Amino acid sequence: MALEPSPLKPQCDEALHEIYHLLSGEIDDAKRAKIASHLDDCAPCAEPYDFYAELRKCVQQRCHDIAPPELLARIEAALQHEPHD
Amino acid sequence: MEHMSSLYSGALRMTRNPADAEDLVQETYLKAYRGFGGFEEGTNLKAWLYRILTNTYINSYRAKQRRPDETDLDEVEDLYLYHRLGGLEAARASRSAEDELMDLFTEAEVKQAVEDLPEAFRMAVLLADVEGFSYKEIAEIMDIPIGTVMSRLHRGRKALEKLLYDFAVSHRLAEPVPDPAP
Repeated sequence: MALEPSPLKPQCDEALHEIYHLLSGEIDDAKRAKIASHLDDCAPCAEPYDFYAELRKCVQQRCHDIAPPELLARIEAALQHEPHD
Repeated sequence: MEHMSSLYSGALRMTRNPADAEDLVQETYLKAYRGFGGFEEGTNLKAWLYRILTNTYINSYRAKQRRPDETDLDEVEDLYLYHRLGGLEAARASRSAEDELMDLFTEAEVKQAVEDLPEAFRMAVLLADVEGFSYKEIAEIMDIPIGTVMSRLHRGRKALEKLLYDFAVSHRLAEPVPDPAP
């Protein structure tokens, strides 16, 4: 778990810097293709990429709440009092 | 009622309180019903509802909340959490990375970490990383420039990594790592 210095190539720098944007689908197609092909060839970059992909999935799944059924009933009752067109 | 659980989850992260979250969601649907003429057919209904939710929260609920200080994030480098936890996965090769991270943090901890983010960051992280809105949609929902969305996300994601790392340390799953020398 030590912070090992790794000989980073410029492509590694770019890929690592863009991990979050890549996961958000906020990278243009040309750049995405370039980074994807780099990740295929570079295990030291693919590993953190997978880590952050799993982290996002974890955050998404853990933050999902189900609305209580009473809330639906409450909202439906409130909407009954709204004027209808 | 479309998107209700998504809106309720978002409202809970914003208000950090189930009673306020329920009121906020109810108010959102009433406003949406009254203003449905303002919804453009073919655009994203969830984004439109989230815009109402966010505005209602900012205008009506935010004042009640304590405003957490911005934490100092300058020492949080890129890949902060990976550098500290990534090794755990290698150490237990028999398990998938996904199980590993899911095991590391309980639902209560992840929710707590998101809710502990300073508010401006919390909204951006919630909308992008939990709800999956695009940066452009977030700019419209929060009514801020896209550059501001990106800088809040950058800082908010760092802050979230730091909060999650603190939970990992508290489980003794990770040893505190001294800050690298400048």
